[in-house]
Amino acid sequence: MEYQVICAGESRSFSRDHPLVAGGKDSGQVVVIIGADAGAAFRRLRDTDRMAAVLLIELGTECLGVHTGEARGEEGSNVLGFARFRLGDAAPSDLVELVRQPRTAEAALSAARLVFESAGLKVSTCGDFAGRIIDRLVRPYYNAALRRLDEGLASAQDLDTTLKLGLGYPEGPIELLERTGLAHHYDVAQALFEASSDPAYAPARRARVAKQRRES
Amino acid sequence: MTTIKTVGVAGSGTMGAGIAIVAARAGFKTIVYDTNIEALARARKQTEGFFAKSVERKKLTGDEVERILGDLSATTDAGQFAQCDVVIEAVYEDLKVKHELFRRIDPVCRPHTIFGSNTSTLSITEIAAGSGRDDRFVGMHFCLPAQLMKLVEMSPGLNTSEETFQRAWEFCKAMGQVPVRTKDSPGFILNYFLIPFNNDAIRLVESGVAAPADIDRAIKTALGYAMGPLELLDLVGLDTHLLVAEALYAATHDSRAAAPALVKRMIAAGKLGRKAGEGFYKYEGSAMFGG
Repeated sequence: MEYQVICAGESRSFSRDHPLVAGGKDSGQVVVIIGADAGAAFRRLRDTDRMAAVLLIELGTECLGVHTGEARGEEGSNVLGFARFRLGDAAPSDLVELVRQPRTAEAALSAARLVFESAGLKVSTCGDFAGRIIDRLVRPYYNAALRRLDEGLASAQDLDTTLKLGLGYPEGPIELLERTGLAHHYDVAQALFEASSDPAYAPARRARVAKQRRES
Repeated sequence: MTTIKTVGVAGSGTMGAGIAIVAARAGFKTIVYDTNIEALARARKQTEGFFAKSVERKKLTGDEVERILGDLSATTDAGQFAQCDVVIEAVYEDLKVKHELFRRIDPVCRPHTIFGSNTSTLSITEIAAGSGRDDRFVGMHFCLPAQLMKLVEMSPGLNTSEETFQRAWEFCKAMGQVPVRTKDSPGFILNYFLIPFNNDAIRLVESGVAAPADIDRAIKTALGYAMGPLELLDLVGLDTHLLVAEALYAATHDSRAAAPALVKRMIAAGKLGRKAGEGFYKYEGSAMFGG
């Protein structure tokens, strides 16, 4: 399937030579807008440009509705959001969280899936909620691990060993946060806490300290 | 180096049978006790089946299995625990049931015998308090399936002596297991993190954020987990998950530990997971672990 790529600023997850970007043509019925300013670029599109069969907007932490608007739970069109999941300083994963709205066209969803899969990515579809799938699940878990470390439940090594041997996780939570950046965890968790007011997302003390050290 | 030679296992359900396999396979004389003779027979049959697979897969020889099965005995007489240097209970997760067991076996066992509990959610200190020997009592939480999983969460109760804990720790390593030390705290490490995480995944389904397959695919792709949370829940069984979640919530009052309403609805509808042929996914046939 032919698609066009519009680059709107630096993408956090896609380099210029990534197959998704490199595979873009001059035109196409699917338009992929990537980069930190993808939402703004979408809003600047002329009405005629929005006639493409499918428009895909790379999202940051914001909801798709910020760009498309919402309408009493009946929003949805040929416009979808997407984000390639990346944990802090680690390399981007192969996961694309594809964001739909209640009335998103099924044909648009199928076409979007094809575009990403043809670039070697794996797609999980989700609703337009803050944190999408992964951050909603892992941020409370990482916060709990940091809090329990502070409370002396076990040593960092025993926490990591338990979750690796007990559940087959490739990495324990403490070593993972050390590798990918505690301050980055703070940024994501804080954004989710502000969006949801759920205390499970409130950044744990160790993440807060790491953030303060990065800024000092 | 362990001084322990004979191991008692109280309870011949899935966990008890698995722990007995671990102990006997490591060369310990192992006595499995249960009040239900049929449960003992069922466990013996499953154990023989497990070891037959081990031979098929060339993990053990026929001679080794013969020796292991020779060291593994079953009894309905708690008096047999008089021979044991350590007794690990894997009976129903109920404080009264565990206290009743230990009240029965404490007078039978020798003074040096260590009592261990495989509880996943109850307090070690509280179980130990009714054991008659709370200074010689250790939490030893094996993971399911015990015969395949190396991890053992080991927790001292408030009155456990350090010498007892060290003896139990060495014994655990002598069984070929990997012990980790954790406080006597609800859910220890594994369930404390796993139950809320799985509940959160169920809430994503319940609130329409994503479908089970999308959630599992996302977790496996982004984090490299071997299994997604909803696949794991189907494997564990939603009824089992509910029991552990209710116990953890009762102990912590953490809202993330409380099972979402969808769990009870699925249980009522018979969608218990893999064992029922349907949970978050549909299944055809079932497979047993290991060998």
